[in-house]
Amino acid sequence: MAKPRAYVMVSVDADTVVIGAREVKTRLAAEIGTCGLGEEIRVLETGSFGPSDAGIVAAVMPEGLVYGNLTPERIPQLVEEHFVKGRPVSAWLLAGEHILPDPETTDSRGQQYFGRIVLDNCGRIDPDSIEEYIANDGYFALGKALTEMTPEAVVEEVKDSGLRGRGGAGFPTGLKWSFCASEKADMKYVICNADEGEPGTFKDRLIMEGDPHKVIEGMALCGYALGATQGYVYIRGEYKLSIERIRNAIEAARENGLLGKDIMGSGFDFDIAVKIGAGAYVCGEETALIESMEGKRGLPRVKPPFPAKAGFRGKPTNVNNVETLANIPFIIRNGAAQFHGIGDPGTPGTKVYTVLGHINRAGLIEVPTSVTLRDVLEDYAGGMRSGSFKMAQLGGTAGDLLDASMLDVPLNYDSLAKNGHSLGSGAILFMNETIKVCDFLHACMKFFAHESCGNCNPCRNGMAALLELTARLKKGEGYPGDIALMEELVMGMQSIAFCPLGQSPAAPVLSAVRYFRDELHAGINVDAVRPRPEHTMRHLMKLAS
Amino acid sequence: MANTCKCEGNCSSVVYQELDAFMADCPKGRDKLIPVLQKAQELFGYLPVEVQEYVAKALELPVSEVYGVVTFYHYFTMEPRGRHTINVCLGTACYVRGAKKIVDALSENLNIKMGGTTEDRRFSLTTQRCFGACGLAPVIMINDDVHGRVTPKKIAGILAQYE
Ligand SMILES: Cc1cc2nc3c(=O)[nH]c(=O)nc-3n(C[C@H](O)[C@H](O)[C@H](O)COP(=O)(O)O)c2cc1C
Ligand code: SF4
Ligand code: FES
Ligand code: FES
Repeated sequence: MAKPRAYVMVSVDADTVVIGAREVKTRLAAEIGTCGLGEEIRVLETGSFGPSDAGIVAAVMPEGLVYGNLTPERIPQLVEEHFVKGRPVSAWLLAGEHILPDPETTDSRGQQYFGRIVLDNCGRIDPDSIEEYIANDGYFALGKALTEMTPEAVVEEVKDSGLRGRGGAGFPTGLKWSFCASEKADMKYVICNADEGEPGTFKDRLIMEGDPHKVIEGMALCGYALGATQGYVYIRGEYKLSIERIRNAIEAARENGLLGKDIMGSGFDFDIAVKIGAGAYVCGEETALIESMEGKRGLPRVKPPFPAKAGFRGKPTNVNNVETLANIPFIIRNGAAQFHGIGDPGTPGTKVYTVLGHINRAGLIEVPTSVTLRDVLEDYAGGMRSGSFKMAQLGGTAGDLLDASMLDVPLNYDSLAKNGHSLGSGAILFMNETIKVCDFLHACMKFFAHESCGNCNPCRNGMAALLELTARLKKGEGYPGDIALMEELVMGMQSIAFCPLGQSPAAPVLSAVRYFRDELHAGINVDAVRPRPEHTMRHLMKLAS
Repeated sequence: MANTCKCEGNCSSVVYQELDAFMADCPKGRDKLIPVLQKAQELFGYLPVEVQEYVAKALELPVSEVYGVVTFYHYFTMEPRGRHTINVCLGTACYVRGAKKIVDALSENLNIKMGGTTEDRRFSLTTQRCFGACGLAPVIMINDDVHGRVTPKKIAGILAQYE
């Protein structure tokens, strides 16, 4: 077959597959065939490029032009114009997408953007083809580690890179690995946490759908570094396409001798299996996840012992987020120094976000850890779609609410911590003035009340109380003192709830009080009188009779 | 063991045989409990006590433990559901893009409350945490199909696709 002169990459992910991405792809291939261009132009399936509100998206390579909102009906005209006559159909082009980043691009403060680390292949290669991954330096890092580096050297490299966990807590990954590496045991496990349950977050899904081999390679490197021979990917059940693509990737890696016994003749054995979650937010917490993998209710464990000592089946276990693991091949391939040079020195590298809300371009972005909320809003999200910026929630439902005064703080753990905030899991929800803070808080509390596992009292009852409180404020029927009560409640929960889920409402509630106290106050009816609590003896006796 | 089922003919022993076949490869104990229950729910549509007892016996686990797991995870249900389950996402992104209106429109259209099932067992209506499809917010999921950017106007048309 002649070498193709162009490729059309159709983005097929869980969002686009339901609106007919596969039909568009089939139609494209058929139409190109009819025009006799089948030899010259190849149509391929790939993961998401980033935009998630532009319908079915396809990129034409090598030009790098990106079409959006494609339908099967539009295909004949597209093929006729673009490929036969060579005139791009400008009406359907997505303007100014940051899809295939141009390293020359600079942000609003004149800083240069670095290319992508985690998403470099997403939207460029066929995720179901191991050959394409390998052709883009894939499994090079694994080969390098197995032939040139000791396991200790791999741990050191990750430590030196300064990589911090992308699952929410930001714990230094190299340090975490060194705990598990130093344990002596007949069996160790590596777990990839792909339970991604934080509302508004779907970056891990798009990473797995777009470049599953990167996650597999990261896990294999982790296994080698820690002396583990078995890995698991714990994926939430709703992520059907992720499950399919990760399974295909594991299969292909096995066939190519990149998983299994004696990988690349190095004597290192490592294999990976997929575990499918049954739906419970708390299972994203690493010890709850391990309980769930053992077939139990996903209740968080008491720590210590930490998983590094006694995790899955009581053996040393290392749990990392999908994105964390997807950074590892780059670090091993290019060295810790190069990674450390990107972004903010306290949290080197890039961060992947899903940006959502009242903005012009919703979708997936990867940015260095030195960019600010304003950069994200203006340069990547294309500004507000309607209204003006009122607030943003950073990191999903358990994240902080920020107002305009925080727009210029760089998005990384240290800079945010200085302002009393945290980065969270990788979602940014932009909201305009149509969203009332009381309503929003109530929606967050609904989620928590639903997800509280009920194991411990402060969280079970605290969530119910918060739900009631926010419902009152929302209706403008709050009692005087309700705001202080709410603050006290979440701080109490923060200090005594058994697991981090019960500690989570503190972030949205306290930040809302900090920035929007006046608006919350408007939810209070100053004349309302708080009813006396009903837990009196007389009341109980009445109930009993 | 295939004929110990006590349910009143809602299921067939064929389904039990299929479950048996699935469990044949599973070790006893809790290791494979969740995958077995996922399979059972797929086969029966829900997990009545009889099925839980059956699984407990096969895996040599106390029924209480099986029950504990079934009630813990959102995926499992002990009530028979309609032929189609409508899940409305109430995650924050969907909330901001108007999920509440969708819930109202759905309950009005089907004349059931959240958590209910229509009399003809055609639809059940439940809410769920974020599906991870927030780019399409507001999102509803009917069985395994995701419908994005739903508006109250579109609801009747979407429901008509499910018999
Ligand atoms: C309630 C709760 C939910 C969590 N959900 C997730 C999740 O969905 N994905 C994830 O990677 N980490 C989640 N975490 C964090 C994990 O416990 C753990 O810190 C993380 O997987 C470690 O990976 P990292 O070091 O690579 O960040 C959650 C934590 C809590 C308390
Ligand atoms: S804090 Fe909440 S989620 Fe955590 S153990 Fe207690 S009840 Fe369960
Ligand atoms: S009662 Fe006969 S198969 Fe269930
Ligand atoms: S918030 Fe609805 S799909 Fe994520």
